[in-house]
Amino acid sequence: MKWVLVGGVAAVPFVLPSQSMVNIAMLTAFSAFLGQCWNIAGGFGGLTSFGHAVFFGSGAYTGAILQTRYGVNPWVGLPAAFLVGGLVGAGIGAASFRAGLRGSYFALVTLAFAEVFRVLSNSLEFTQGGLGIAIPLKVSAWNFQFADRRATYAVVLVLLAVASGVAVWLTKGRMGARLAAVRENEDAAAALGVDIVRTKTWALALSGGLAAMGGVVYGQTYLYIDPSIGFGTERSVEMLLVAMIGGAGTVWGPVLGAVVLHVVADVSRAFIATPGFAPMVYGVVLLVIIAVLPQGLAGVWAQVRGTPGGARDA
Amino acid sequence: MLEVRGLSKRFGGLQAVDDVALDVPQGRIVALIGPNGAGKTTSFAMIAGFVRPDAGRIVFEGREVTGARADQIAALGMVRTFQITQPFAGLSVAENIRVGAFLRTADAAEAMAQARAVGAALGLGAMLDRPAAALTVAGRKRLEVARALATRPRMLLLDEVMAGLNPSEIHEIVAMIRGIREGGVTVLLIEHIMQAVAALADDVYVLAQGAVIAQGTPRAIADDPAVIEAYLGRGAAARLAAHA
Repeated sequence: MKWVLVGGVAAVPFVLPSQSMVNIAMLTAFSAFLGQCWNIAGGFGGLTSFGHAVFFGSGAYTGAILQTRYGVNPWVGLPAAFLVGGLVGAGIGAASFRAGLRGSYFALVTLAFAEVFRVLSNSLEFTQGGLGIAIPLKVSAWNFQFADRRATYAVVLVLLAVASGVAVWLTKGRMGARLAAVRENEDAAAALGVDIVRTKTWALALSGGLAAMGGVVYGQTYLYIDPSIGFGTERSVEMLLVAMIGGAGTVWGPVLGAVVLHVVADVSRAFIATPGFAPMVYGVVLLVIIAVLPQGLAGVWAQVRGTPGGARDA
Repeated sequence: MLEVRGLSKRFGGLQAVDDVALDVPQGRIVALIGPNGAGKTTSFAMIAGFVRPDAGRIVFEGREVTGARADQIAALGMVRTFQITQPFAGLSVAENIRVGAFLRTADAAEAMAQARAVGAALGLGAMLDRPAAALTVAGRKRLEVARALATRPRMLLLDEVMAGLNPSEIHEIVAMIRGIREGGVTVLLIEHIMQAVAALADDVYVLAQGAVIAQGTPRAIADDPAVIEAYLGRGAAARLAAHA
């Protein structure tokens, strides 16, 4: 029932004549997808990353460089980005989890990694430094560039479905159970035979690989990336906000969070003319949600239904 | 089955564990007792792979496990519980136990069935679908043991599973530990409650200030002057003898 409803709502933009509505739907689904990627590590595994843009950017640059330097088809960029994002995740994970970093220390390290990548991409010739990379306009489905935003929207929906499928799988299988155990209590998990470093590294790699594919879609849609688009803190914050507002560690959280954030942002922009006031309203709404609902919106839903959901302490 | 030799650990200026040797034969229940701060839990932590020893050897079933990680030791079949219970608070009781069951099977349905069976066998049947945070102290102790048992260990390290329980709960846990041994699991336990140690243990090691000061059956240990002095202070054994 829930699936039919959500599927129906998600399909509405396909029959709408207005491209701006399709655009809003696409951006919302894109946020939900990136939030879901963050959620796989940050929500289900409690790996509160503040630098998930490092994966998004790695993917964006992978797609762009393959295409502009080596003439690789951008569709191939998707699996390539998944691989690169996964490797970056595994690298960051192995380094920080082996060192025993968790909680806010891990958050700071991820933030630092994203900054390092931003500075590097800003200075290396290989990434064309601060100039960024422009992807040549050549609209065709073969070239992963669409004249109609609805096609992009469809691609994003597929990615969102894949990431959400991973989230569903995590709620059911052994990997997810181990990840939840590590999130709740590392010592107890280790005592029961869970390899904590491997479990967390694996989650970060999967999360990073998926997020990197979002970078390719971004590049193919806007045809330009630069260091701050790729690795900027704003992207990282948006990813974790979407998941946390909606409910970290739940399958529906990021979707819910993305819808609410975009509705609040767009409505406040549409109704408030005073410059600078809309972002303020947006900020206040965020603060209220975080203060009143530490488990996110999905947590409220779980409480109403009386099931233990959003299994996170604060 | 478990053989410990020359186990030592120093924390700064404190020699927490000093040249400890102990043997746990297959199928037995062996108890580790001693006053607070004697180094019991530190010894446990080293045996289970949570703390790296400064010196010594730990051999489990003929295989040296000194310095191995906790999860590797658990996979070999030696699993510990925690004195201060460590539930996965956000998960249900059954999900908690299932984490243990997943060590031996990758199948989610099978793991859940095993978890529920172990939970029911340990008297957690009514609580299986409640959050672990809702358990009483006694319930949490049971959960510790249930999770460990769900990994199908050959040896169980129980760290004060009776602390904080009332006499009738202790009685039930004693019966439970006997049942575990009858199920073919060897047990090494740390315990303060002497009545329980006397009822359960085949063999007792007494630790004081990091060193083993006595070893024997519970009865022999209770009469050992060195043990009495470790608990009650120097000269206590002589004073007790004079009063008797």
